[in-house]
Formats: sequence, structure tokens, C-alpha cells
Amino acid sequence: MEGVPLEHILILSALLFSLGVLAVITKRHAVVVLMGIELIFNAANLNLVAFSRFDPLLLQGQLFSLFVMVVAAAEAAVALAIVLRVYQLFKTANLNQVNHLSK
Amino acid sequence: MLFYIFALLAVLSGAYMVLTRNLLYAGFSLLVTLLSVAGIYVLLYADFVAVTQLMVYVGGVLVLILFGVMLSSRVHDQSVMSESVNKVWGTVITFLLIVGLCYTILHANLHMLPWLQTADADVLGPEKSTVHTIGIKLMTDFVVPFEVASLLLLIALMGAAYIATDKQKV
Repeated sequence: MEGVPLEHILILSALLFSLGVLAVITKRHAVVVLMGIELIFNAANLNLVAFSRFDPLLLQGQLFSLFVMVVAAAEAAVALAIVLRVYQLFKTANLNQVNHLSK
Repeated sequence: MLFYIFALLAVLSGAYMVLTRNLLYAGFSLLVTLLSVAGIYVLLYADFVAVTQLMVYVGGVLVLILFGVMLSSRVHDQSVMSESVNKVWGTVITFLLIVGLCYTILHANLHMLPWLQTADADVLGPEKSTVHTIGIKLMTDFVVPFEVASLLLLIALMGAAYIATDKQKV
């Protein structure tokens, strides 16, 4: 692993981040938008872990990425509950059609 | 070498997740992406983070997302397909993001950073396990964020259960 330069890991994380942004911009189904957000979280975590390789005594990057995972899990649970509720109310999960407050 | 295989897998399945219109295919290609990222964590000497990635993302979040797909669309009709909007602008913005980020990363001269030059990558010893350090750190330096995270999880799960309850039936 010493052979892989830090720049390549950062470029991989940049690619994953851009794909997540593309999913959030172009997709209109709420669950796919959530998948894009998860991809963005993973790109950020990859950056943190990549820099944490140079900090093996304190491991602050890895600890921070663990907390990012906790917050991502909480976010996914609440967001999917909201999606299910929206689907019960509007009979669709298309974000373009969910544009008024009550039925 | 193994890193580039995992990186290729992650990027290809991430791109397939964005390009496919079927929600279930998108979910399963997200699974491949998360697994490859876990493999890259192992290669970066982050064994505990890799196992947590497997358990939390692959075992938890992805199953939750697949439940979300199955509960908010019917697999056999058109509702499992998601149409794409803003294709041109989305592609332009993504392309600009990739170019800008890669330009910044390649011109940042990361190896000139003083704390990267002085870093000793072999201090972990022959086992290269981070579990011991992470356990000690979570109970000493990071004990407040650790407890706050447990509270956050409890509140989020209670809130999710409350939101998802069907109020007409109860």
C-alpha cells in the first residue's frame, strides 16, 4: 500500500463525490437521492481515512469517520421514514410531484 | 495493484448507480461500491473502520434503502423506474467538479506538508491493528462525542419510528 500515492486516493474520492452530486442533481426519486448522499458521505470518509494513515498514533481521521458513519446511519433512518410517510400521503416518491404541504 | 482494482470497481458501480433507471439495480450497485470502499479501508490500515463500514453501511443503511425502494414503488410497473431530469446541467456541473477537484489535488503539493513528511507510517508495529488505539481513544479523548452519538442514535430511531407510524390505524 506504500506504493499508492495519496493523490490517487484523493482523486478516487473526488470521483465518488462527483457521482454522488450527479445522482442528487439528476434523479427525481427520493430514495436514489438518498443513495447519492450516501455516496458523498463515503467519499468524505475515504478522504479522512486516507489522511489518517499518516497519523497512526492518534488516528483522529479514523475516529472522525466513525462518527460520520453514526450520523449517516441516523440520517438514513429518519430520511427513509420521511420518504415512507410522503409515499403514504402522496402515493408517489417523485420529488417533483411533492410540492404542496397537504393533500 | 489491489487498490486500483477496488477503485475501478467503486467508480464503475457508482457510475452504473447514477446511469441506471431501475431503483433495485441502483441499490445493488451501491452495494458493490460500499464493499469496494471497505476493501480500500483495509488497504489503508483502517481495519476497524472497514468492519464498521461493512456492518453499518452494507448491513444497515443498504438494507434500509432496499426496504425504502420496495415500500415506495411496485417492482413490476413503472414506479420502480426513476426518470432523470437536468441531464445537461448535471453533467456539466459534475464534469466541472471533477476537473476542479483533480486540478486542486494534483497542484496542492501534498508531499510538501510538514506533518506528512515527518509521519512514520510504520509505528503501528507488525500487526497493523488499530482496534487497540481506537478503543482507548473512544474512552478517553473522544468520550463526549461518543456519548452524544449514542444519544443521537436513540433520538433518531425514536423519531423514525414515530414518523413512520400510520396514524390512521393506531
